[in-house]
Amino acid sequence: MARVLIQFAHPALSKSNVHRVLMDYCRNLKNVTFNDLYESYPDMFIDVDREQRLLLQHDIIVFQYPLYWYSSPAIVKQWLDLVLEHNWAYGARGKALVGKKLLCVISCGGGSDAYTDMGRNHYPVHQFLHPFEQTARTCNMEYLPPFVMYGTYRTTKDDIVQFGEDYQTILSTLTHDKLNMLNYQDATYFNELLPALHTAGAR
Amino acid sequence: MKDTFFFQAMVYLASAVIMVPIAKKLGLGSVLGYLLAGIIIGPSCLEFIGHEGTDIMHFAEFGVVIMLFVIGLELEPSRLWRLRKSILGMGGVQVGATSVVIAGLAMLFGIDWKQSLALGMIAAMSSTAIVLQSLNEKGLMKTAAGQGSFAVLLFQDIAVIPMLALFPLLASDTLTPVTEGGHSSTTLVDSLPPWLQPIAVLGSVAIVIVTGRYLTPPLFRVIARTGMREMFTATALLLVVGIAVLMSTVGLSPALGTFLAGVVLANSEYRHELESDIDPFKGLLLGLFFIAVGASIDFQLVIADPWLILGLVLGIMVCKLLVLSLIGKSFALSNEQNSIFSFGLCQVGEFAFVLLSFSVQEGILSKEITDTMTAVVAISMAFTPLVMMLNEKLILPLLGMKQAVEERESDLVEQDNPVIIAGYGHFGSTIGRFLQSNNIGTTVLDSNSDNVDWLRRMGYNVFYGDASRHDLLEIAGAAKAKVIVIAISDEEKRLELIEIVKKHFPELHILVRATNRYDAYDLMNAGMLHIYRETLDTSLRVGVDALTLLGHRAHEANRSAKMFFRHDERMLKKLSAIRNDDEYVHAVQETQAELNRIIQADRSAASLRADEGWDEESLIEENRALTK
Repeated sequence: MARVLIQFAHPALSKSNVHRVLMDYCRNLKNVTFNDLYESYPDMFIDVDREQRLLLQHDIIVFQYPLYWYSSPAIVKQWLDLVLEHNWAYGARGKALVGKKLLCVISCGGGSDAYTDMGRNHYPVHQFLHPFEQTARTCNMEYLPPFVMYGTYRTTKDDIVQFGEDYQTILSTLTHDKLNMLNYQDATYFNELLPALHTAGAR
Repeated sequence: MKDTFFFQAMVYLASAVIMVPIAKKLGLGSVLGYLLAGIIIGPSCLEFIGHEGTDIMHFAEFGVVIMLFVIGLELEPSRLWRLRKSILGMGGVQVGATSVVIAGLAMLFGIDWKQSLALGMIAAMSSTAIVLQSLNEKGLMKTAAGQGSFAVLLFQDIAVIPMLALFPLLASDTLTPVTEGGHSSTTLVDSLPPWLQPIAVLGSVAIVIVTGRYLTPPLFRVIARTGMREMFTATALLLVVGIAVLMSTVGLSPALGTFLAGVVLANSEYRHELESDIDPFKGLLLGLFFIAVGASIDFQLVIADPWLILGLVLGIMVCKLLVLSLIGKSFALSNEQNSIFSFGLCQVGEFAFVLLSFSVQEGILSKEITDTMTAVVAISMAFTPLVMMLNEKLILPLLGMKQAVEERESDLVEQDNPVIIAGYGHFGSTIGRFLQSNNIGTTVLDSNSDNVDWLRRMGYNVFYGDASRHDLLEIAGAAKAKVIVIAISDEEKRLELIEIVKKHFPELHILVRATNRYDAYDLMNAGMLHIYRETLDTSLRVGVDALTLLGHRAHEANRSAKMFFRHDERMLKKLSAIRNDDEYVHAVQETQAELNRIIQADRSAASLRADEGWDEESLIEENRALTK
């Protein structure tokens, strides 16, 4: 069994359509630790020691947040700045995170058509996530294709339930080490792997 | 020896102290305990008290008077106005219908119509004392059944007055009035000319309202400022007794008068304090009243004709039960609420005693009938707790009461404030204002009368009272609240209050203000988790400003203060455990040195744990090595 750490960041959870429900789907799963960053550090004063301890205790790190201004909420940046220290997470002697996996779980207000060359946002979401991809590489972690939930400004209840079930499937795949059964290296988004996962689950 | 005051007092107290806990243990409720105690010490059993039981009753009726005062305190005029429909509707129909039904039955048994009507009205009364005490004990007062019962009882209390006026008209020719004991005909009002009588009655009601509204608040303010609790209690009692005397003088019900005074004072800031001061008297006097009822049951009469008495008791109770349940049905009470309502009120109450003795005096009923009826009334009162228990154990489970109980409890939570703030000085009021601006209801208690005045003038909802009394906390809703903020400035008082909250309300989260770190140690040793040293945050803010004035970057100064805070809180927990002075000094020096080391360290040095991620020396070194 692999252990998953969800680093969750949402500065205005009361306004959230998707994440509030998503929390219920992932909070109490076995081998999953849910770390609510804004709740733990309302003043952005991050306890670096605690965060590093948590990272060491887990095999897969999930960043779950809504996309704000083509990037993460501020506390995630603060977290990256302070917790991933030189010679701990990276650098010549930084080996703490080697071999661990990193997954981004992102929600976007706009639909998938807005994130295309011709769309309003000009770039696909995975390109906005390049800093995370490169961070993983610098720390010798494996960057997994991100799971993206589009159009959260106009999702229906059913859509959100679907997101929740998909998320649960993903987490269960991760904790049960079943990722290798898929050709996940070729996927751009984790979303593409879901049909295969669902049929595998049906079997 | 048996007649001495102290012996009598001992008998009463001992019987109550023995019987009430036993009754409680058996799940019978305190009322039945008192009644049993009365039966045991009464003339029919141990004969400790003779027929003066009835004299005691007159005195003990004062318990009912006080109870109505306390009920009045809980009823703001606006709530009373909202209840007007049920008071007039349910109460009016109950008194009217029961009187007619019972009178009709009495006539069927061949009793004269005037006497039947009197008996009907007497039987229409229910026992305010027993019903409200039992409902309170079971926590049912805020339910629909509780509110309905209250409305009916209140109407009955009011209805006694016109009944007393009506009774002389029912006097029958065959009976001659017994005039020797008629206190009711010697009221001051009767000696006045007729045109002045209504004015006197209205005038005394006006006196009660004006006194309650305008005269008592400044009086209590003066008394509260003396800081003597017993003076406050005495003043409260004086108020109640005074009104009772005034009302009896003009021939009105004292219970009604004090109820009115209670309602007038319901909006006052002294409400909680009054309630908790009067409450013990209410409890004891009501207990005495129940004992007297128990003692007044004439078992010789019962033994002489047990089937007649029992038949009358059951007959009247069944009639009342039917009338009440029809009323409950037509006022849309749910089945289980209706059964609580109608089983609760189906006895005959203490005002029946008053009406019975009055009807002997006025020559309406014969001595024989009233003696039988007195026993019937007392027995039906004694049956009430049993009937209520029967309802609870047998009938409610059939109606699926379980769910209703749970729903009701959550209702109660919503009605009361989740936060209690003890002490509303500069410290507490900041917290209160902050919580209020976040729409969180707070119940505020402050023991400084002047402060309370001032805050109320500014429109804050603040109650006067010493929070370190558990009865007061109870009234402030501590059993239902989630959090209590202890913001009082007296260190001793804080520890005292913590003890009380921990003992009586263990579920309540305690957040407590500490003056300094030594005080914080004491609070920590008292088991507190949430301790707020009142000057720590402010001192650190001063420190941050000083640093920025000296040219430090604002953000760095701010984070340095955060670090200091975190370190200091951790060290506080460690240091609180050290009792030995030398050890303590050593430990303090050590932690201070550690903190100095951290804070004074070069910003880029590895020891500054909080901010090491930014511009790391090791990273710079490594890059230099690479670019060489």
